[in-house]
Amino acid sequence: MARAEIAARTLRTDRWWLPPLTTFVGLLLISIYAAFRTFQGDFYWVDQYHYLTPMYSPCLTEECVPAAAHFGQWFPALPGFLTPPVIIIPFLLGFRITCYYYRKAYYRAAWASPPACAVAEPHSKYTGETKFPLIAQNLHRYFFYAASVLLLINIYDAILAFGTGVGLGNIILLVNVGLLAAYTLSCHSCRHIAGGRLKHFSKHPVRYWMWTQISKLNNRHMLLAWTSLIFVCLTDLYVALVASGTISDLRFIN
Amino acid sequence: MSYQGKFRVWRGDDSGGALEDFTVEVNEGEVVLDIIHRLQATQAPDLAVRWNCKAGKCGSCSAEINGRPRLLCMTRMSVFEESETITVTPMRTFPIIRDLVTDVSFNYTKAREVPSFAPPKDLAPGEYRMQQVDVERSQEFRKCIECFLCQNTCHVVRDHEENKEAFSGPRFLMRVAELEMHPLDTADRVDQAQDDHGLGYCNITKCCSEVCPEHIHITDNALIPMKERVADRKYDPIVWLGNKLFKR
Ligand code: SF4
Ligand code: SF4
Ligand code: FES
Ligand code: FES
Repeated sequence: MARAEIAARTLRTDRWWLPPLTTFVGLLLISIYAAFRTFQGDFYWVDQYHYLTPMYSPCLTEECVPAAAHFGQWFPALPGFLTPPVIIIPFLLGFRITCYYYRKAYYRAAWASPPACAVAEPHSKYTGETKFPLIAQNLHRYFFYAASVLLLINIYDAILAFGTGVGLGNIILLVNVGLLAAYTLSCHSCRHIAGGRLKHFSKHPVRYWMWTQISKLNNRHMLLAWTSLIFVCLTDLYVALVASGTISDLRFIN
Repeated sequence: MSYQGKFRVWRGDDSGGALEDFTVEVNEGEVVLDIIHRLQATQAPDLAVRWNCKAGKCGSCSAEINGRPRLLCMTRMSVFEESETITVTPMRTFPIIRDLVTDVSFNYTKAREVPSFAPPKDLAPGEYRMQQVDVERSQEFRKCIECFLCQNTCHVVRDHEENKEAFSGPRFLMRVAELEMHPLDTADRVDQAQDDHGLGYCNITKCCSEVCPEHIHITDNALIPMKERVADRKYDPIVWLGNKLFKR
């Protein structure tokens, strides 16, 4: 028996192409900005107020301004156009790329698989996440562990910056780690590890409670994914502007 | 309060068909199914449509309205402009029987492929005791009315007929999750989900959750937790080590 003969790719009459287009443009702009800042290799540290942009934290190579290398310079200077963040970016990027929300976002927006619900995808074959390379999405868990460590370092940086007083930059760094923490905690892997994997919640009241709280955050995972991503860029931009002397930090105390 | 609405309804069977234009009376408070019934009563007595409860509970009247998979009986006419032409087509993913009626037996086959509830051997029916917090997750999935809109919308089978063999679809992966999370089920469902029901085909793009008339969080609460269990089993040595060390 055959399917109903309907030639149109979709009969949807709403602007179904708008959300994937917006997502695509948003992700593209952010990627361009992040790539530019990564390879700029400068203006990541404000010596006067101890602001370190999250994009360069931890700064681990010999190129790093010594004061910005909170954990020491573990690696020799990198050759050519490489800059300190290339050591941590694979983890940060890996975390976002394998994130269940971003997967949905770019599968739809960049790969049109599907572009929107009930709109036919242009590919003739589809194997989903069953084969290499996409089967590697199952590694999200590791990136979650790695990103959690980087988050703790960002929190440490944000607290350290209070050593010189309080300025607008401190507030921005603090909000940034708050959003990053909310995003990381709301992760599906985190929800699973905290309690989701249990069969009997009644035997593990504490983990059940954690799972309940994380589930609430998890409901907002998409929102947190976007706000934390945009805010990291804004934080970085603020640090870059202050570090380059383009603007001066607004100081509240000292 | 009533107006003449413009409709395009797919008519035909497995040998072919086309969209047919109709102008029908629409009254205040009506749903799309009312209009289809009026068509049957006035202009197209042989128009085939499957329905039963007209209350969004039997899951019979699934179709596509302006290209969006929906229940005919739960789509209010008031969401459309009076000037709009409303297109009603059968579900695309299943073989057509006639007009708006499709053959959904793919779903019954997939349902039979999920091994049934396996309680502990030493418990007789009637002796089952469970705590509410332990059954809550499975209960969400029991809200399903088996309308198969999720199955119809999922691009894995909608756009790739050849995947029907390997992929059970969101409805039945959710059934696997329901049993996996059930406090008294003893069967091992994790490998099954990946190997027998094609969980890996799902790319979590959430169209099933988007169209579910019961608003079940299919992707977030069933599919992703199953993917995480598969990751536990197949891809996470830290969990493996933790299990060895702390024997929970
Ligand atoms: S989330 Fe998975 S199961 Fe649901 S529609 Fe998308 S691909 Fe299909
Ligand atoms: S899960 Fe939702 S969409 Fe799928 S069959 Fe059940 S009620 Fe319908
Ligand atoms: S699911 Fe998005 S960060 Fe883990
Ligand atoms: S007729 Fe029962 S759900 Fe629509």
